[in-house]
Amino acid sequence: MTANTADARTVSAQVPDHGLSQEQLQEAFYDLDEHDHPEGGSTMLGFWIYLMSDCLIFAMLFAAYGVLGGNFAAGPGPKELFELPLIALNTAMLLFSSITYGFAMLAMEKGSVKGTQLWLLVTGFFGLCFLGIEIYEFTHLIMEGAGPWRSGFLTAFFSLVGTHGLHVTFGLIWLVTLVIQVGMKGLIPANKRRLMCLSLFWHFLDVIWIGVFTFVYLMGML
Amino acid sequence: MELEHVSHDHWSPILGRLWFDAIPMEPIVWATFAGVAVGGIALVAALTYFKLWGYLWKEWFTSVDHKKIGIMYMVLGLVMFVRGFADAIMMRLQQAMAFGGNEGYLNAHHFDQVFTAHGVIMIFFAAMPFVTGLMNYVVPLQIGARDVSFPFLNNFSFWMTTAGAVIIMMSLFLGEFGQTGWLAYPPLSGIAYSPWVGVDYWIWALQIAGVGTLLSGVNLVATIVKMRAPGMTMMRMPIFTWTALCTNILIVAAFPVLTAVLCMLSLDRYMGFNFFTNDFGGNSMMYVNLIWIWGHPEVYILILPLFGVFSEVTSTFSGKRLFGYSSMVYATMVITILSYVVWLHHFFTMGSGASVNSFFGITTMVISIPTGAKLFNWLFTMYRGRIRFELPMMWTVAFMLTFTIGGMTGVLLAVPPADFVLHNSLFLIAHFHNVIIGGVVFGVFAGINYWWPKAFGFKLDPFWGKVSFWMWVPGFYAAFMPLYVLGLMGVTRRMRMFDDPSLQPFFIVALLGAVMIAAGIGAMFVQFYVSIRNKEKLRDESGDPWDGRTLEWATSSPPPEYNFAFTPRVHDIDAWADMKRCGVTRPTQGFKAIHMPKSTATGVVLAGLSVGLGFAMIWYIWWLAIASFVGILGYGIFHTFNYKRDYHIPVEEVVETENTRTRQLAQAAA
Repeated sequence: MTANTADARTVSAQVPDHGLSQEQLQEAFYDLDEHDHPEGGSTMLGFWIYLMSDCLIFAMLFAAYGVLGGNFAAGPGPKELFELPLIALNTAMLLFSSITYGFAMLAMEKGSVKGTQLWLLVTGFFGLCFLGIEIYEFTHLIMEGAGPWRSGFLTAFFSLVGTHGLHVTFGLIWLVTLVIQVGMKGLIPANKRRLMCLSLFWHFLDVIWIGVFTFVYLMGML
Repeated sequence: MELEHVSHDHWSPILGRLWFDAIPMEPIVWATFAGVAVGGIALVAALTYFKLWGYLWKEWFTSVDHKKIGIMYMVLGLVMFVRGFADAIMMRLQQAMAFGGNEGYLNAHHFDQVFTAHGVIMIFFAAMPFVTGLMNYVVPLQIGARDVSFPFLNNFSFWMTTAGAVIIMMSLFLGEFGQTGWLAYPPLSGIAYSPWVGVDYWIWALQIAGVGTLLSGVNLVATIVKMRAPGMTMMRMPIFTWTALCTNILIVAAFPVLTAVLCMLSLDRYMGFNFFTNDFGGNSMMYVNLIWIWGHPEVYILILPLFGVFSEVTSTFSGKRLFGYSSMVYATMVITILSYVVWLHHFFTMGSGASVNSFFGITTMVISIPTGAKLFNWLFTMYRGRIRFELPMMWTVAFMLTFTIGGMTGVLLAVPPADFVLHNSLFLIAHFHNVIIGGVVFGVFAGINYWWPKAFGFKLDPFWGKVSFWMWVPGFYAAFMPLYVLGLMGVTRRMRMFDDPSLQPFFIVALLGAVMIAAGIGAMFVQFYVSIRNKEKLRDESGDPWDGRTLEWATSSPPPEYNFAFTPRVHDIDAWADMKRCGVTRPTQGFKAIHMPKSTATGVVLAGLSVGLGFAMIWYIWWLAIASFVGILGYGIFHTFNYKRDYHIPVEEVVETENTRTRQLAQAAA
């Protein structure tokens, strides 16, 4: 019988000659002096994985825009519809909000509850401006008869930009929640972790917007 | 049987389009409803009589213990498996009857719902819960962890999957289900051709269950990456954990695609968008591409964990370390990656041209290489092993034979010119049932028989297990081999009746096969019953009834809530076999209080509200849709205000549990 085929129960004769006492063995094979694991050790990784899956949803919407973007169905195309100055303003709002979120994180690192809340609210203000301009743009397009049902191009456009806008909306609700929670509990580790997650989310939306801006608006106007 | 054309254009602000015409005019459905209602009332009465509601609520429904959630997933899978099988045997009976002018007993509207529901239920609500259940139960134990990374999310995921199952079950008795086939291709699934609730049931069941699947994927990836016991490097992880990791990476990277596609179809149906419409610049082939970009990884999501089960079983019951551990890991990773570059083989007939079809044909054939490597690894593990043909091993051997045949017919289908002939035929149906039953279902049964003693502390009855096995395996061959022949003769799928009487014998054999499978399923439930009745005789005190090799066998059966009083340290692949070889005994003193997550009702509440949301959207009850959406958002936010989510199991309780275990082990040794 070779060692390979031996049934582990019958191999007591083959126990390796390690010469270790049972205490030493237990020390080697068990964590005898374990401490509580700090809470939330996986949160950042988990949230990052979630963001990547969200990124895929946007990838699908970009792909749909790539496929349908030229299907005007005898309706208006990007050149007739988009107003670049408005979009530039909108982009600026979102980029500013990312900078101010950065300031909120700096205030958090310093341990300033008031500073964190203040910069969060400033971020929220820019986010609201962004949404306001987007809603204006959408209503304007729909009034002109260029709603999402008009053509494949407009379907893909409204879905991609609208999904981004919905994400910003949820980000804003989350942001307000965190302003309240930071006020209630202070900058405890759980709240810091939540602020970090929202930070990832907010900057992620910025990155997506850069893609939208370039791929949909700029390339549409070229 | 003439189909009445009923118009369903009634709408009211309170009930939406829900009206008396939602009650299906089908005696078969009424009889089923009566059966379900009587059974349901009996169950509720029994639970009330035995005062079990509080126990179920506290110990199960709100529990965040990965073991209990795993078992609940398995129960959900079993229930839905029976439902999906009922659909299957109805189809078999219809097709065996409907020859020579006989229209069978199912009208077209009903038959189309049956084949759609069968596919959807078996994939999303039977196979997925089985796979997720096994991973949930086993992975944390195998990596020596006390729970998953996000225990609340785990409970929430389970309830969202259940919410999807509830919605799909509602469609049986209220309204209709889709009549589109399981992937609901537009334009058929568009509002123009499927105007009533069938496709909406499909959309919302999958969308809500999909949230659960995605979150459980995120959870298990984080768990495997972050929570392994000290010393367990990636290349020392048990193979089942490896396959679970790859599966969950696939889930995270594939399910968002499904979410996006379902959203697009919803926008087309609800708001008149033009993603997949025939007019206004829509493109329905984009749907087919996108859904298969999710759909092909999905079949690997299903099979990979079972490859893991077969690896554990083969190695354990051959009494050997797995042959070619690292090649097994690499093969799994290669399959994970390749599964993303083969989607187009599901529609070679789209007309994408010779070069595109060649690319996808070749990538598809290439997948058989890592899969073949795995098969050889299992065979070489068995070679010169001391094989014990217990039930899990029997299922594994049946898998190896059956899956190989299914794999070979898959390679045939991967040849684009051959596919042009076989596309949409019963040959395809035979092929994928051959791999899914031979791989996923047999694997789930191997897994249930293998880990049942771990979960409940006693083995399953081998006699009834063998009855089930010998009904299932020949039953499978009888049910599906005729379909290969029929497919080669050109019979297409989803047909309700046939003209050519020479085909009927094949369908009758297939029906007999399905009846044998029914007997196999029945025998399995008898096996559960007999085992529970004889559990004292079948009891295993050791916690290691099979002479296992991985860490789940290092703790008691069933394991304590905290899994391991002391976290094991790992020095080798097959950590528990290593510990046994070195003769380590379990420490019996020095216990500490253990930090654990608290139960919560949030998962149940949110999933309940999601059922409300889905139901309201299906029936156009807008006030209820808004109310349940606001409810979900509000309750979700409310939940985040609860910061006290953990507690310590007091040291006295740990000592008591562990002392019981010490006595139990002493008894087992005596």
